[in-house]
Amino acid sequence: MKKLCFAAGFLAAAPMAAAETPVLDVLTYDSFVSEWGPGPAIEKAFEAECGCDLRFTPAGDGAALLARLQLEGARSQADVVLGLDTNLTAAARATGLFAPHGQTPALSLPVAFADAEFLPYDWGWFAFVQNKTLEAPKDFKALVASDLKIVIQDPRSSTPGLGLLMWVKAAYGDEASTIWKDLADNIVTVTPGWSEAYGLFLEGEADLVLSYTTSPAYHLIAEQDDSKTAAVFTEGNYLQVEVLGKLKATDQPALADRFLAFMLSDAAQGVLPTTNWMYPAVTPATGLPKGFETLVQPSKSLLLSAEEAEALRGPALDEWRAALAR
Amino acid sequence: MARRAGALIAGGVALATLAPVAVVMAQAGGRGLTAPDLAALRFTALQATLSALASVTCAVPLARALARRRFPGRGALITALGAPFLLPVIAAVLGLLAIFGRSGLLNAGLRALGLPEVSIFGLGGVVLAHVFLNMPLATRMILQGWQAIPAERLRLAESLGFTPRHYWQHIERPMLQDVVPGALLAVFAICLTSFAVVLTLGGGPAATTVELAIWQAVRFEFDLPRAASLAVLQVLACGGAVLLAGLVARPSGFGAGLDRVLPLPAPAGWRKGLDALVIGLASLFLAAPLLAVLARGLPGLAGMPAAVWPAAATSLAVAACAAPLAVGAALTLALGRAQGRRWLGPVAMLPMAISQLVLGTGLFLIVFPFVNPASLTLPVTILVTALTALPFAYRILAPETQTLQADYGRLAASLDLRGGAALRLLVLPRLRRPLGFALGLCAALAIGDLGVIALFATEDGQTLPLVISRLMGAYRMGQAAGAALILVALAFAVFWICDRWGRHGTEL
Repeated sequence: MKKLCFAAGFLAAAPMAAAETPVLDVLTYDSFVSEWGPGPAIEKAFEAECGCDLRFTPAGDGAALLARLQLEGARSQADVVLGLDTNLTAAARATGLFAPHGQTPALSLPVAFADAEFLPYDWGWFAFVQNKTLEAPKDFKALVASDLKIVIQDPRSSTPGLGLLMWVKAAYGDEASTIWKDLADNIVTVTPGWSEAYGLFLEGEADLVLSYTTSPAYHLIAEQDDSKTAAVFTEGNYLQVEVLGKLKATDQPALADRFLAFMLSDAAQGVLPTTNWMYPAVTPATGLPKGFETLVQPSKSLLLSAEEAEALRGPALDEWRAALAR
Repeated sequence: MARRAGALIAGGVALATLAPVAVVMAQAGGRGLTAPDLAALRFTALQATLSALASVTCAVPLARALARRRFPGRGALITALGAPFLLPVIAAVLGLLAIFGRSGLLNAGLRALGLPEVSIFGLGGVVLAHVFLNMPLATRMILQGWQAIPAERLRLAESLGFTPRHYWQHIERPMLQDVVPGALLAVFAICLTSFAVVLTLGGGPAATTVELAIWQAVRFEFDLPRAASLAVLQVLACGGAVLLAGLVARPSGFGAGLDRVLPLPAPAGWRKGLDALVIGLASLFLAAPLLAVLARGLPGLAGMPAAVWPAAATSLAVAACAAPLAVGAALTLALGRAQGRRWLGPVAMLPMAISQLVLGTGLFLIVFPFVNPASLTLPVTILVTALTALPFAYRILAPETQTLQADYGRLAASLDLRGGAALRLLVLPRLRRPLGFALGLCAALAIGDLGVIALFATEDGQTLPLVISRLMGAYRMGQAAGAALILVALAFAVFWICDRWGRHGTEL
């Protein structure tokens, strides 16, 4: 009986204790919180030092994340938004919901990067991934001249798809339309998201798939399969820089700042390469995981500013659609 | 009582479907529809029409062959017809590609023979995939029609010395006129909102659907009124099809029978050969990609993550709540429709044409000011799943409910048989077969549907389709294939149990 009373008292006290612990709400994309993503490890590490409850809310992919934020507006319960990329940050900034992060980390990005509201936490080069047995095309011109088959993602529904659109635009400007027209007979199909495209590639439906230079690291490290590589293009490979930001309306500003700083600390950065399969924004003291040294390194990196990307998206999409619609 | 229930349910369905669209429509912004949107609408309607025609054209001879032939494995084959419809879309697409893709069996064969390769990507591939997914459903719907021909008419036909041509003229054609428009409509509506199949196999932006335009409007442009306008456009397209089907459909008017089981005449000679050919080809077409799904999934089963099992339990719980809800509502609407309230039919079909993304967004906008959407994950998932499954249940139940009313309506009225007694003594025994089929289909759909959960998702409490999509997003395609296999097995088991219950004691 005594034991039972104790248990009952304990159970009654548990919710109270939880109510006193501050909660940090982080809105992010789905693959971040999955058990194979960085979420669980980061949650554990941050909760161990913050004395708080870190709660992730998954909202589809990067683009769905932005839509979700716009749906919620100033009433959002989220304190931090994690997982936008630079092709989306201009639209996110325009909502006026984000506060300056006030941090000046020493970033290990291949390009200079500064943004008052959005802090990078990881990055990667977009690249066409292929089997090593295939001779990699040197650039877009070599790709369109070849009869290699590629599978890409739709820029209207997928962030890598949008990245490729910006890549061609950044590399070729007004000539982009010609590249797309010539590329049309290489494109097997345009999938709604990254997963479908990568799945088709692994099933042998295409020679190359739009993904990241870090994708072969997954096969090497998680599957001990070193048969995949990525093509480095002489025009340069476009970057995807993933960022997080603090919301003005947060009720936990100090905790949010602490989380932002934590995301750039070794504890979080060391988790990202083998869970998100991207490069850390600040290389941890222990360096990159074994296997990353085998990855190809583009010598030239392309990245449009958030504002340029936002301005170019509409016209570039029309151009893309006109060039590919038969 | 039943009258009020019908109107109440119809009102609820209309409210649950249209209120979210209205809320989305009422948001600020609005760029209006553009030329590419209209091109998308044209393509959407074209592929859905072709898919519906192709599926039903293949389904009619198959249903006839299955109805009049008896052979070992026939029951298993009819049950297996439920399977393609239940596959997660991406698993179905990869299964088809294993046969028809660039490195699939077909092209390997063509290469070996020195023949040119064929590409599945494009309009042809989209239609092929839709036929694979929906022809079995259409076959089952049409087979119900053959099964419902009263034995007395067959006796009469036999005593009059009907030849196969006479059978066609006086029995089969009227029956098909009753059943086929509904089957066409169901497949058309499914293909109208089909998204991942069309994009993945479409081959490029020429194959753009209205649903993709909605995605773009919501996610990249945040132009909600435009998304809602597109959703309305989709409803109108489906509404047109409902009207058309209503004009074409004719009740077969066979009258009631005494439920004696009599096999259909099975003409010998070349007709027997043709039936065998039809059954053989259809089995091959349906089984080959299914076997490919099995072959892809089996190796992945070894390393199943622990998260799969609680997710499977959640999916089963959703199905257990949503399926009876959907079938109960569909039965009430179908009974009301049979008693002459014609407006109930279009209402029952409404949820089928509604964009899931707009529905989810609208529901989110409605609940967000009041409660944390994450706390409503399960109820919203159940509601939306039941809503999307309702039209399927209605299409299955409607023809036989109509027949029930025509055959027994007056008798029931003269006996003053109403309410619970009518349900127990008349409706449930007479409609057991379609009810079992509808219940199984709805439950299986509920297990396989990702639906609007994305906007209401939480860190935990995931369903099986969500686990599959997360596995794929984390490069784990093999495990995803394994989890997809578990999903199919579960959905199929649930379907089999319900369908079995429905077919208990019948010849089907």
